[in-house]
Amino acid sequence: MKIIVCIKQVPDAKDVRLDPKTNTLAREGVQSIMNPYDQHAVEEAVRLKELLGGEVTVLSMGPPQAEEVLRQAISCGADHAVVVSDRAFAGADTWATSYTLAKAVNVIGAFDLVLCGKQAIDGDTAQVGPGLAMRLQIPYVTCVQKVREATNSGLVLERMMDDGYDVLALDFPALLTVVKNINEPRVPSLKGKMRAKKVEIRKLTAADIGADPAFIGLPGSPTQVVKVFPPEARCIRTVFTGSLDEQIGQLVDSLQSYL
Amino acid sequence: MLIIDKELCIGCGICESACPFGAISVVDGCAVVADGCTLCGSCVEMCDAGALQIEGAEKNASLDLASWSGVWVYCEFRRGALAPVSLELLGAGRRLADIRNVLLSAVLIGSETGDTAQQLIGHGADTVYRIDDPALAHFTDEAYGTIMTALIQQHKPEIVLAGATAIGRSFIPGVATNLGAGLTADCTQLAIREEDGALLQTRPAFGGNIMATIVCPNSRPQMSTVRPKVMQALAFDAERQGNIVEVKPTAEQLATRVRVMESVVSEEDNVNIQEADILVAGGRGLDSAKGFTLMRELADSLGGAIAATRAVVDAGWIAYPHQVGQTGKTVAPKLYIACGISGAVQHVAGMQSAETIVAINRDKDAPIFDVADFGLVGDLFEIVPKLLTKIEERRKS
Repeated sequence: MKIIVCIKQVPDAKDVRLDPKTNTLAREGVQSIMNPYDQHAVEEAVRLKELLGGEVTVLSMGPPQAEEVLRQAISCGADHAVVVSDRAFAGADTWATSYTLAKAVNVIGAFDLVLCGKQAIDGDTAQVGPGLAMRLQIPYVTCVQKVREATNSGLVLERMMDDGYDVLALDFPALLTVVKNINEPRVPSLKGKMRAKKVEIRKLTAADIGADPAFIGLPGSPTQVVKVFPPEARCIRTVFTGSLDEQIGQLVDSLQSYL
Repeated sequence: MLIIDKELCIGCGICESACPFGAISVVDGCAVVADGCTLCGSCVEMCDAGALQIEGAEKNASLDLASWSGVWVYCEFRRGALAPVSLELLGAGRRLADIRNVLLSAVLIGSETGDTAQQLIGHGADTVYRIDDPALAHFTDEAYGTIMTALIQQHKPEIVLAGATAIGRSFIPGVATNLGAGLTADCTQLAIREEDGALLQTRPAFGGNIMATIVCPNSRPQMSTVRPKVMQALAFDAERQGNIVEVKPTAEQLATRVRVMESVVSEEDNVNIQEADILVAGGRGLDSAKGFTLMRELADSLGGAIAATRAVVDAGWIAYPHQVGQTGKTVAPKLYIACGISGAVQHVAGMQSAETIVAINRDKDAPIFDVADFGLVGDLFEIVPKLLTKIEERRKS
């Protein structure tokens, strides 16, 4: 089994706060972390490797610092790490990102399975996984909540839907995106941490993956951000007065239209 | 990349505070950009000195944009029912189509759709493309995606909207990739730019901390997934006239490599919290799984559904489909009652678009009160039963 896991380095949401005075994001001391969903993708890949044999390669597109999350994935059981990094990728939307990742996957070589987190918590688009599968011309399943059966030829899965779940079967190669209740990611072992320190991370540039400059970064992105602005402030909080009973009465008055 | 004109830069620092990504700093009286820059352009807009510009943003339009016309809405149909967001999107699509002076079409894919196409016309569609086939009874990304892609290539609509549901967020990105079309996820506002008729797609980013408006200048169709509950459906009008176009899928289009073995409606989770008008949400303050009994009483009384924080889902008190927040669902109900929820930023990211937020918490300093319209400080086990009684009294009077 050859498994590729795509991971992203994102700012830790718990550190991101809106400065009430300037209405901008206060980002001092914001830590970079592995996208939480991707941790579950790495864990599932390592579990499948332990079950079926094979190897796990983690791939990240981002600035050179993305190495940190790749090393973290190695410490949790991945075997190889590849970072695809180039100034020319700046401003990539999901279309250009899926193009870039597909090019990088082709350089990495043959695979049975590609795993991604459901979405990254900074962009929340959930578009790169399906886009990557399309470019690799393999079937995909999003929001996988459970792997029921795994063999060397394929998988039986549960995929989360809005009203329950679907049970699906597929043969390799395929791409899955996973939600967080698929597994509980392991804590890195001491041996894993040692390996993570020493592991050599393969670095690829736009030229290395043979990317067409017209398809990467800002020029390759069909969507363009024209404006960024703070959300409308919520209305001023109403403070009730009096005893708790009176306050509850006032609340019910305020909610009259919903009753 | 972001170009900073050192001659024009006055080192005022406005760009530094405007940057949502903390990528600009003023060093020795001049702005300097770091690796974190995503070329979002918010600094360019804020710079009064005109010292900032983004290079490479201009592209040659190779596509004949004018040959793409009409607004399309993918109308989700599953288990014999239309997803409510479909009608909301027809409402939004009607408005856009009228501004653009073009037709509004609905795409209905499924099996045994009955008179649904007629309903879609009554709710605003001029044309319904109906693809009704027993092989489409179960949703698959491949069959639905292949059919949608082929229809778009054939009819060339300028705008395609779909609900940001499990299904829409799954197959629409595949369709957009194949078409080479720009797609914006989870839009909460849609408008038409006056100068050139472009679709302005606005969505929250960074857990709702910033809003971004996005355009697709050189690709067609302009595609968006739109969150449930943010657009307004039109009232049904039985007099409305429209065309129903039957489309017969080919055997090739229906072939899928992913096989659906079973489709399970989960008893406990069969309420889609994204479609609920009222949500009663519980957090750690419930003390145990039993606390949700009280939440259910309140939800039943209000005709609402149950939501939860990550902490209590992780604790196993309630199932994951109820989780609201950054690693759960994003909801925008009319009323959100947060009980025993401290208001961690990851949770708030998923619910701050609610019309009205009520917070009940014993800690008066809990951050949930910062986003709440109405707050009650106290023990939820005392407050909620009293609230239930008061609601009943009010209803009777």
